[in-house]
Amino acid sequence: MSAPALPGLSGVTVRAAGHTDGLPGVPPRWVALPESVEEIAAVMRASAAHDLAVVPLGGGTKRRWGGPPSRCDVVIGTGRLDEIVEHTAGDLVVRAQAGVTTEALAAALAAEGQELALDVPVPGTTVGGLLATGIAGPRRFRYGTPRDLLIGVTVVLADGTIARSGGKVVKNVAGYDLGKLFTGSYGTLGVIADATFRLRPLPAARAWVTAGLGAPYPPDRLAALVTAVAAATQEPAAIELDWPGPDSGGTPSLAVLIEGAAADERARAVRDLIGDGALIADEPPAWWGRLPEPAGPAGGFLLEVRAAPARLPGAVLDLMAAAGRAGAGAAVRGSIAAGVLHVALYAASAGAGLERVAGLLNPLRSRIEVAHAGGLDGRVVVLTSPEAVPPAAAPDPWGRESTRRELLRRELTLRVKERFDPDHRMSPGRFAGGVR
Amino acid sequence: MPEVQRSEALGRVTARLGELFPPDALITDPVRLRTYECDGLTYHRATPGVVVLPESAEQVAAVVRLCDEHGVPFVARGSGTGLSGGALPRTDGVLIVTSRMRRVLEVDIPNRRVVAEPGVTNLAITEAVRDQGYYFAPDPSSQQICSIGGNVAENSGGAHCLKYGFTVNHVIAVELVTPDGEIVELSEQDPGFDLLGTFIGSEGTLGIATKITVRLSRAPEAVTTLLAAFDDIEGGGRAVSAIIAAGVVPAAIEMMDALAIEAAEAAVACHYPAGAGAVLVIELDGPAAEVARQFTTVERICRDAGAFELRVAASAQERTAIWKGRKSAFAAVGRISPAYIVQDGVVPRTALPGVLAGIDRLQEEFGIRVANVFHAGDGNLHPLVLFDDSVPGEGERAEAVSGRILDLCVEHGGSITGEHGAGVDKARFMPRMFSADDLDTMQLVRCAFDPKGLSNPGKIFPTPRLCGEVPGVRRGVHPLVESGLAEQF
Ligand SMILES: Cc1cc2nc3c(=O)[nH]c(=O)nc-3n(C[C@H](O)[C@H](O)[C@H](O)COP(=O)(O)OP(=O)(O)OC[C@H]3O[C@@H](n4cnc5c(N)ncnc54)[C@H](O)[C@@H]3O)c2cc1C
Ligand SMILES: Cc1cc2nc3c(=O)[nH]c(=O)nc-3n(C[C@H](O)[C@H](O)[C@H](O)COP(=O)(O)OP(=O)(O)OC[C@H]3O[C@@H](n4cnc5c(N)ncnc54)[C@H](O)[C@@H]3O)c2cc1C
Repeated sequence: MSAPALPGLSGVTVRAAGHTDGLPGVPPRWVALPESVEEIAAVMRASAAHDLAVVPLGGGTKRRWGGPPSRCDVVIGTGRLDEIVEHTAGDLVVRAQAGVTTEALAAALAAEGQELALDVPVPGTTVGGLLATGIAGPRRFRYGTPRDLLIGVTVVLADGTIARSGGKVVKNVAGYDLGKLFTGSYGTLGVIADATFRLRPLPAARAWVTAGLGAPYPPDRLAALVTAVAAATQEPAAIELDWPGPDSGGTPSLAVLIEGAAADERARAVRDLIGDGALIADEPPAWWGRLPEPAGPAGGFLLEVRAAPARLPGAVLDLMAAAGRAGAGAAVRGSIAAGVLHVALYAASAGAGLERVAGLLNPLRSRIEVAHAGGLDGRVVVLTSPEAVPPAAAPDPWGRESTRRELLRRELTLRVKERFDPDHRMSPGRFAGGVR
Repeated sequence: MPEVQRSEALGRVTARLGELFPPDALITDPVRLRTYECDGLTYHRATPGVVVLPESAEQVAAVVRLCDEHGVPFVARGSGTGLSGGALPRTDGVLIVTSRMRRVLEVDIPNRRVVAEPGVTNLAITEAVRDQGYYFAPDPSSQQICSIGGNVAENSGGAHCLKYGFTVNHVIAVELVTPDGEIVELSEQDPGFDLLGTFIGSEGTLGIATKITVRLSRAPEAVTTLLAAFDDIEGGGRAVSAIIAAGVVPAAIEMMDALAIEAAEAAVACHYPAGAGAVLVIELDGPAAEVARQFTTVERICRDAGAFELRVAASAQERTAIWKGRKSAFAAVGRISPAYIVQDGVVPRTALPGVLAGIDRLQEEFGIRVANVFHAGDGNLHPLVLFDDSVPGEGERAEAVSGRILDLCVEHGGSITGEHGAGVDKARFMPRMFSADDLDTMQLVRCAFDPKGLSNPGKIFPTPRLCGEVPGVRRGVHPLVESGLAEQF
């Protein structure tokens, strides 16, 4: 496309979309690169006037998460919204535009001895993308997820309305909290233009206590161990489980982060509590804070499994066993004490096709999502399906679709969506949380 | 006995309630209705049309469905300790009181959670798990009486929220009755929009919480409480800034000025150091080794900032003694003033000196005294504006000072409420902090949950947004089953 004029818009950088801008499902027509909240609003108004579908994009590291967009005319890239608007060290507060990357933010804050207590994930992750996907790393156990650290937000709605909520003070209950609403919205409610977070002082010291658990490890023992470490008065900041697939050895290990004053002394106490060859290190294990990756050429499914922490180990073990029987591999990793694990499910042997791997999902869901009779009352979300699986054959990403409780929740979500985006132009097809 | 005048619609609802509920669960007698005419903010009063005391979520849903059917407004009430008139009833509506929903349903220590009905008091949750070494972290000063449902509605905090955060950071799931009478559960496990976080702090305007799952915190290994006395507020302020700059996050840092100290002495004889122009109450908690190191830092900082006396609590008893003065401060000003307004503004911590100077100027300009008590660590001010209601005009001047303090907070980038909520009291101040577009956008959420505007109307927002036609809402049936879902997946 040569003349990329987006109808009714001037003054904002717009270019024709190329093949690298592609989203799964549909090729966009334009890429708009606004530099201010007003410019976002101008793009949104122009899109509204011409009934164009809009998909916001940050680092683009997760364009495959959520359902594939069914329609996309305009990608709003936040790459030029890369300014740290305000950082008042004395207030432990920072306001950053949506396109600021987490590594740039971390560097600026570290210069003042502060941090956003979210673990910096893959390079290129933006503030906006982080919030829109609502993902959090190991330290969620102690400090919560992005929504717990977010104190203010500016958003632009589908019709171009600019709205703020919260502010730049850590304590504030005036009005509804739109920041929370937009957390996990996958670009389906509007564009996050900037965000204000509460910060923490960088911890004086950090120590990791790691322990290989050896297989087979009885789930009851694992549950008891996790419960005991979580109950330690040493205030662990994170308690992570890593359980690689059978092709990578398959033995689980646990790693505990202790940070702050007297970290060494406290780490020793945790080491003694774990016993059995636990070690202290001042670096995290290599797998720390990374999502598990499907091994094998065909790729696989990435799941997020949530349930009450003490109930998770049993489910993990069952899953591993079922995967083994199906010739599939399962790599499990995550914040076991916070009740959140990520699971990569993949074909471990040539004989096991993706269909057989996919076949593991339903039994897993019924085990984890059922609220009664031995169920865990948890949740399995499919973050990504392998590219080889056509969208139509992919499992419902959001889980639990058939229960009445889930239907009511989805109806409420749907009603919110209808109010914010009545014409269904914001990332149609993503279905954040299961609604169009 | 005077008859209560009820609108036709309310009359019909009341008659139906009479069929659904036993007589002792329904209050229609005007004298008894008046027990519920206000919350902790006593100068807003209204007699509720009818009061109902349900015992289950199903009963709450039945009441709400009736209201929905007949277009009658309803208001939830927990313990009525709110300080913004959030539970102010409607004369033309139903007040739904949760005082009979007081069961702790489940204590699950391995998973660190408690499931409770909304009427359970904040403190009762902690009491249910204290023996096992756990507690519920949000600790509003009203914790002995206020309900967990009220905490969820107000997103309440407490002295220790500097380190531990607010109610929203400690709630795992809420079951609620939506304004059209459906029982729904919102959980932190849910993917998609964070509706749980959006509901918490919505002041009863998005539905009624009927079951709450909270996360427990581990009781800290060590707690050190310190009282530092300064000649003036500036000295205390310097110490607070230096503590934060040193990278220490205390569980609490509370400040009181001379007038607030005077009141507390008169009320509870807390024996704070004589001659103090300001005191700081600083609490450090956590692993013993960490607390010991932080204490050394904090002690040095206080001395450097000019503290002339430092007291460290050596026992639980001494800790209680230090907190006594601070915790009694609100009620205590009753000893030095016939009437007072409790304000609740927030400023960025670095703006504290400027805002306090501004409050001083207001005192002079209006001839009104202000006692300052605040959560200094997070900049949440509770100025107590003192006045004598028997002096003509003084009440109005106190009101004016109170409003100007909020202006000061907003000018300095702060908020008009840090923990008490907007309720009916501060709805009119919302436009000082938010644009019309901000407020309209927030009300899109209201329209999604409560298109008819029946759930606690008149609170938070100065002008209700008209919701227009109601997309996606189809009573009774669940279209997702037939059409939506089938189409989508
Ligand atoms: C601790 C941790 C560890 C992680 N580990 C890994 C890992 O090992 N491997 C891995 O692949 N990922 C990992 N991630 C995830 C990755 O970093 C996130 O998915 C990230 O949040 C995506 O950011 P992005 O800017 O690339 O978003 P994008 O991919 O650009 O967008 C993601 C979604 O958000 C929407 N969106 C983006 N910006 C906005 C905006 N401004 N307003 C509204 N909606 C918007 C998009 O429409 C899209 O739906 C990790 C994350 C964390 C927190
Ligand atoms: C002396 C004193 C000290 C206080 N200290 C603090 C403090 O330190 N920190 C703090 O944050 N607050 C404090 N407060 C304010 C008050 O205690 C809190 O706001 C508390 O959470 C209110 O709880 P309640 O049960 O009394 O609610 P109510 O006053 O009955 O109601 C408050 C609001 O919640 C709504 N509501 C009640 N129950 C439900 C429900 N089940 N579902 C939906 N909505 C509901 C009501 O409609 C109303 O809008 C204090 C109050 C007093 C009187």
